[in-house]
Amino acid sequence: MNVLLDYLPEFRDGFLGTLAITASAALLALVLGVLIAGFRVSPVPPLRVFGTAWVTVLRNTPLTLLFLVAFFVVPQIIFQGASPYVLGTLALGFYTSSFVCEAVRSGISTVPLGQAEAARSLGMSFSQTLRLIVLPQATRTVIPPLSSIIIALTKNSAIAGAFGYGELFNVSKLLNDKGYAIAWIFLWTALAYLVVTFAISGLFRLLERRMGVAR
Amino acid sequence: MSGASVLYDVPGPKAKARNRIYSVIGALAVLGLIAFAILRLDSKGQLDPEVWRIFNYAGVRTSIRDGVLTTLQVFAVAAVLSLALGVLLAVARLSDHKPVRWLATGFIELFRAVPLLITIYALWVILLTNRDALGLTGSQPQFWALVVGLTVYNGSVQAEVLRAGINAVPKGQREAAYALGMTKTQVMTTVLVPQAIRAMLPTIISQLVVTLKDTSLGYIITFEELLYTARLMSTNIIVNGNDTYIPVITVIGSIYVAMCLALSALANWIERRGRRARTGIGVAPAAEPVAAADAAEPTGPVADAPVATKD
Repeated sequence: MNVLLDYLPEFRDGFLGTLAITASAALLALVLGVLIAGFRVSPVPPLRVFGTAWVTVLRNTPLTLLFLVAFFVVPQIIFQGASPYVLGTLALGFYTSSFVCEAVRSGISTVPLGQAEAARSLGMSFSQTLRLIVLPQATRTVIPPLSSIIIALTKNSAIAGAFGYGELFNVSKLLNDKGYAIAWIFLWTALAYLVVTFAISGLFRLLERRMGVAR
Repeated sequence: MSGASVLYDVPGPKAKARNRIYSVIGALAVLGLIAFAILRLDSKGQLDPEVWRIFNYAGVRTSIRDGVLTTLQVFAVAAVLSLALGVLLAVARLSDHKPVRWLATGFIELFRAVPLLITIYALWVILLTNRDALGLTGSQPQFWALVVGLTVYNGSVQAEVLRAGINAVPKGQREAAYALGMTKTQVMTTVLVPQAIRAMLPTIISQLVVTLKDTSLGYIITFEELLYTARLMSTNIIVNGNDTYIPVITVIGSIYVAMCLALSALANWIERRGRRARTGIGVAPAAEPVAAADAAEPTGPVADAPVATKD
């Protein structure tokens, strides 16, 4: 009768799968997002154009289409025979990087102008100004939107399940095929996602509190 | 973009030369990557003229057209229903009656927290198993699963957007309306909701872009919208012994990006237009409301959006 207790190992594996792909995609998205945000404010025009194009295209592409690209086009070019985990991470990470980039960019614009001006008057270069002065101060304003972005990423990772990666959506599909009532499967999967998203928002709230230095 | 120039000095002759070198290196790197991809695709025979000639066939064109129309049909129905549900849920969440408020809050938080795909899949299974009882035929179970799934998820997000808008209306407006002797319903429908919708229109349209993008989830429940049509075409049309994923995905991807860009442009245009007007409350930026599954957070994800019109 109880789906959760009967298939606890499957649920556990699915849960861990969701965590794994969320973590790796979040890492990729953070690195790429900060890099592209740096491009978008850099003094070199082609880099700015590249950053703008990156964000515009990726934000306006459905994630499912990106998954199709990752699973059917990317292996033709590079990464032949890569696992669904790697390809799913690529699709999710690239998609989310455009949102991270926008969050970081708006964070950069909230740092008081005087900070960057002072850094420049000390003779710092663009990359020094950005790395040592502006980005550390932008972190504080970037964290709340980042929390929402990572939560959205967790939910988007369900699409990876439809492309054959073992995570919670995949588990609910499997159990439905075995003939269990979808209502219970839905409830338990929803609960599992709630656990992950609450953990993420709690983690970010902790970060926010630690970084929230009185100015 | 005034924030950008403050990060670096106006380039002098040396910096200009250095930037030019960086430009060339960056451009070469990007071009190199593109050339590498093209060469790899060419060596697999994916760039042969025959592969791309498939778009000359009437059948392929009709399929793409039907796919676009189906996607737009799902989008239209889901958009209208989700906006209606959004208004309803926003008003319910601000209701004076506790049970109504709790019910709306629970609904919004549940469906915002669960991945849309899982909602759609569960609905699809329910509709498929009760197909005969509901009198659904053909692809109707998929259609309604997709539409209802999009409606409950986006309706919940739109409700939060609208609630933020209603809360952003200055308190004096509500008080003045009550002082004139208006009933609760009148205050809500004639004073608060119109201003909230006007202020939140860019955000609402940005969320509609998300709705449009999410119609592609129909692919996973085998509903024949644009993406599933593309998948079918690329596996069924074999040229030179290869499937035709690359040309089909290129074309379909461009169509999706164009549709979403058009809708985003509308949101940005309304935002700019709204900023000119000096009456009422400020218009929110056309940012996508990132749906946080934050039940503990007292305000919505865009609660402070209406003031952010400074740049």
